[in-house]
Amino acid sequence: MARVWLFGEDVDTDQIVPGRYAPYMTSEEELPRHAFIEARPEFAREVRPGDIIVAGANFGCGSSREYAPKALKLCGIGAIIAPSFARIFFRNALNLGIPLFEADLTGVLRDGQEVTLDMERYVVVTDAGQEYPLKPPPDFVREIWEAGSTVAYFRRYGRLPGQRTGEQGGE
Amino acid sequence: MGLTLSEQIISHAAGREVHAGDLVVVPVDCAMGVDSITPSIIDVMRNELGVERVFDPDKIAIIIDHVAPAVNIATANAQAKVRRFAMEQGIRHFYDVGRGVCHQVMIEEGLAGPGQIVIGSDSHSTSYGAVGAFGCGMGATDIALAWATGHTWLKVPETICIRARGNFSAGVTAKDLTLWVEQALGADGATYRAVEYHGVNMLSLASRQTLACMTTELGAKAGIIPPSGEVAERFQVPEWLKVDPGARYERVVEVDLNSLVPLVAVSPRVDDVRPAAELGDIRVDQVFIGTCTNGRLEDLRIAARILRGRRVAPGVRMLVVPASSQVLMDAMADGTLAVLLEAGATIGTPGCGPCIGRHMGVLGDGEVAISTANRNFRGRMGSPNAEIYLGSPATAAASAVTGRITDPREFL
Repeated sequence: MARVWLFGEDVDTDQIVPGRYAPYMTSEEELPRHAFIEARPEFAREVRPGDIIVAGANFGCGSSREYAPKALKLCGIGAIIAPSFARIFFRNALNLGIPLFEADLTGVLRDGQEVTLDMERYVVVTDAGQEYPLKPPPDFVREIWEAGSTVAYFRRYGRLPGQRTGEQGGE
Repeated sequence: MGLTLSEQIISHAAGREVHAGDLVVVPVDCAMGVDSITPSIIDVMRNELGVERVFDPDKIAIIIDHVAPAVNIATANAQAKVRRFAMEQGIRHFYDVGRGVCHQVMIEEGLAGPGQIVIGSDSHSTSYGAVGAFGCGMGATDIALAWATGHTWLKVPETICIRARGNFSAGVTAKDLTLWVEQALGADGATYRAVEYHGVNMLSLASRQTLACMTTELGAKAGIIPPSGEVAERFQVPEWLKVDPGARYERVVEVDLNSLVPLVAVSPRVDDVRPAAELGDIRVDQVFIGTCTNGRLEDLRIAARILRGRRVAPGVRMLVVPASSQVLMDAMADGTLAVLLEAGATIGTPGCGPCIGRHMGVLGDGEVAISTANRNFRGRMGSPNAEIYLGSPATAAASAVTGRITDPREFL
């Protein structure tokens, strides 16, 4: 089971990792400890691999800092579900292989609730057995997730995502 | 079928006509990295992609501006790594401490031009739309891939058109227009989309940079102003780049510039915008004029106009950080700096200054700042308990005089 971490709307990158806590200002090793260090200080201590973030619209707005989603990845976040994502965050998280789903589950899931994210059927199953379907990703996104990251995708296929045309979705 | 400016630029780069929604891989004209992100770009390129040399050192720019000069040993070491890399790779467009904010330097150095695709490791890379480029902010992995391959992938965006008519009245500037648009569209009102500003031919390059920069705060992927006026005089505009009457816009927003008043974004939301005159009694501790949004000569000049013969209010500190060394020299030459200094302001090293809360003016608990920057997120400039209000250089200067957030028209 994964724990739900519930957040509101417009979670900006300064909340995810404040600029003062950038690896540039501190060190790479400390990065996962700085996730939500001011907005939600217990997050970095209590998060477990596979946990999911459920948030309101415009998640990740603000800076281009890839270390914001990287901190979440290093904490083991399994997916982020929000009605919409800021575009650079969307791209950065995709590049790092963090699954993002556009859906609004803030009204139906509770903070701390135990759920299962079924990545075969693209559905969230709650501890009470309730199911919430997620939109399956476009092919190029799924291929990046399968490779693990855009870097791994590039190394595997020798090309950038989107080299073939006509695909939908994503940024 | 008509094309938006983004569709024109991306079609030209892709070598075929593309439309909103298409996924394409295109060559980039320039890929820019800043000091805070370049160490990660280098690591991704060398250690993860296994690529030793950049694709073309002349199409890469590196600028040390986010923490300039270094504030601690970690940043000093990281900057040394960046300098070494630039030297080893033969990157000519390397600009060290004091040259200025990346987006200002890119435009001064001619590294972004009409019809080009320019990406940068800073979110406000939309700024290059001021000269008619498709400027787009990206993270370390995307920039590393561009440095390695010369290419990036894009989904061609839909476009929202802001159609202005009339002109600003005295004391109202491009920054106020951007804040009006923030309020109209919301902080995610242009997410994944491009924004085009029409009807602003009378604006200077500097004001266009303000407009293009702030489209990032709408979530936009690019913010483009059709080249005209000063931009058309200073830059070579390709013949194919022009507003197409048949272009399809997702949405058109009309704005009457004559009706605008000085506006302020209230902490901690950039889209919580109110007239400066209606804010009530908001005392300020720090006034900051600078950044890629509003640190240019015209910004310093309007501040000087208000501060000439006046003093910064007791208990208020006023920080001015010119956007570039060129701006600093110009402001020195025309006497602007002397006016600001005589009024009690102090001048910082050209660069990002205190905008990101890392140095040169970090806010303490409970402090209030008015800033000409682009973001007022909680904790952005320091303490999460500090408050940041955003306004134009005129509003910031007027607020410095009274010690309270003030409509600048009282002083003009």
